[in-house]
Amino acid sequence: MSLPFYVSPEQLMHDKREYALKGISRGRSSVVLEYADGVLLVAENPSASLSKLGEIYDRIGFAGVGRFSEFDQLRKLGIRYADVKGYSYSRDDVRAKALANSYSQAIGEVFTREMKPLEVEIVVAEVGDDKLAGHEQNAIYRVQFDGTISDHRGYCVIGGTVEQLQSYLQTNYKEGLPLGEALRLGKTALERAVNGDAKIGPQTLEVCVLERQRPGRKFRRLSADETRGMLGT
Amino acid sequence: MLFGSKYHGSSFSELLDTEFPYLRLERRLDSLAPNALAQSGLPIPHGTTVLALKYGAGVVVAGDRLATEGYRVASRDVQKVYATDDHSLIAIAGAAGPCIEMAKLLRVELEHYAKIEGEPLELEGKANKLSQMIRANLPAAMQGLVVVPIFAGYDPRRRTGRVWKYDITGGRYEEAEYDSSGSGSLYAKESLKKAWKPGATREEALRMAVQALMDAADEDRGTGGIDLKRGIFPTISVCGSEGVIAVAETEIGEIHRSLLETSRGAA
Repeated sequence: MSLPFYVSPEQLMHDKREYALKGISRGRSSVVLEYADGVLLVAENPSASLSKLGEIYDRIGFAGVGRFSEFDQLRKLGIRYADVKGYSYSRDDVRAKALANSYSQAIGEVFTREMKPLEVEIVVAEVGDDKLAGHEQNAIYRVQFDGTISDHRGYCVIGGTVEQLQSYLQTNYKEGLPLGEALRLGKTALERAVNGDAKIGPQTLEVCVLERQRPGRKFRRLSADETRGMLGT
Repeated sequence: MLFGSKYHGSSFSELLDTEFPYLRLERRLDSLAPNALAQSGLPIPHGTTVLALKYGAGVVVAGDRLATEGYRVASRDVQKVYATDDHSLIAIAGAAGPCIEMAKLLRVELEHYAKIEGEPLELEGKANKLSQMIRANLPAAMQGLVVVPIFAGYDPRRRTGRVWKYDITGGRYEEAEYDSSGSGSLYAKESLKKAWKPGATREEALRMAVQALMDAADEDRGTGGIDLKRGIFPTISVCGSEGVIAVAETEIGEIHRSLLETSRGAA
């Protein structure tokens, strides 16, 4: 009988980490920004039908980067989680924090137990509702391939190599931007990504908003025409 | 989270059946003897008269507000007309509890499908899904918890309003003109039969709906009329290409007054 190879846990985690990061950095990045009347989600996406952004619930949106099949599966799990919770309790009980925590646990579990980690990074964004006392604030959570969870104010970037985008937003992001300006800022930030195009046309931009003033389901996908009009191109 | 879930489809009710059966009413009834609930004589509120009719630009869906427990009033302002999404409505008649639950479930079902798949079901697909939900309710129906809704909406592909009626087995029948369900439905249908015409305007259609509900309330003790003292009006919604729009109570009150004047003038 041959002895199994010994691999130290450090080495194992390191390898998995490298593997996941490599997979994620192959894809293009996404940006989530708070603007005056809600939360804006922007992704560079050459495909018009394979979405990277999606609606989870009334006030919650989803953005994923990396391997499509994996983050799309996570998106669907999020919808199932949210709909069951909203059905068995109330619609206002469905919150981004609990959802992001569930994502974090599930993704972390895969990272430690499975041979292959998920090659994804996701954002769960929630827009506040002025009519619900205590729920007025927006919330943005990022969950990484190993389950690491972090919360963000103002903006959040996901993708393999996000340092340039992040530093760009750090200098240029302002609170209370109108939607058009926030969209232009998001687009210019994405153009700085290592893997992205230097000039992103409106047809390769996927744009969704969570609109604070909208009654009920606040998620809305912007059409290419609308995006074009807003960018003034 | 639902990692390792056995269910991977796009239907919310199937997800509940597979993963959360304790949330479904039918499963709770399994242990009851046949007809036990009906024989127990326990009061179960019932909703009474709802109707839907097609007009030129879409459909009008209306319902009275009364729920009864036998001869007693259970509630004077129950809601029986629900938007299930932007372009469809359900109007419920039967045992109030399971009825309202089914309307809620259908709404989540349609929203769930649209979110998972990235596009909504066709109107006919929605009507068919409701069929399956009513069929799943059959054990409850045998216990006396009957749900007989009307489903209506605007079909953007065919550019027309459409109306479906159902039976307790989930049988689904598309109606060309109008339908009504519940204890006062006979009288409402008689009324609509006389007034209905193809290509009616919104105003004409609303008058037909209010008149039909007034006629039903006049003849059927289980149907609530317009309660001016408490300010309780029927629920009425219209649905055309621009989606579901609830009709304001002031407008319903206006139509009611004008109908009363017309009938006084005729007498």
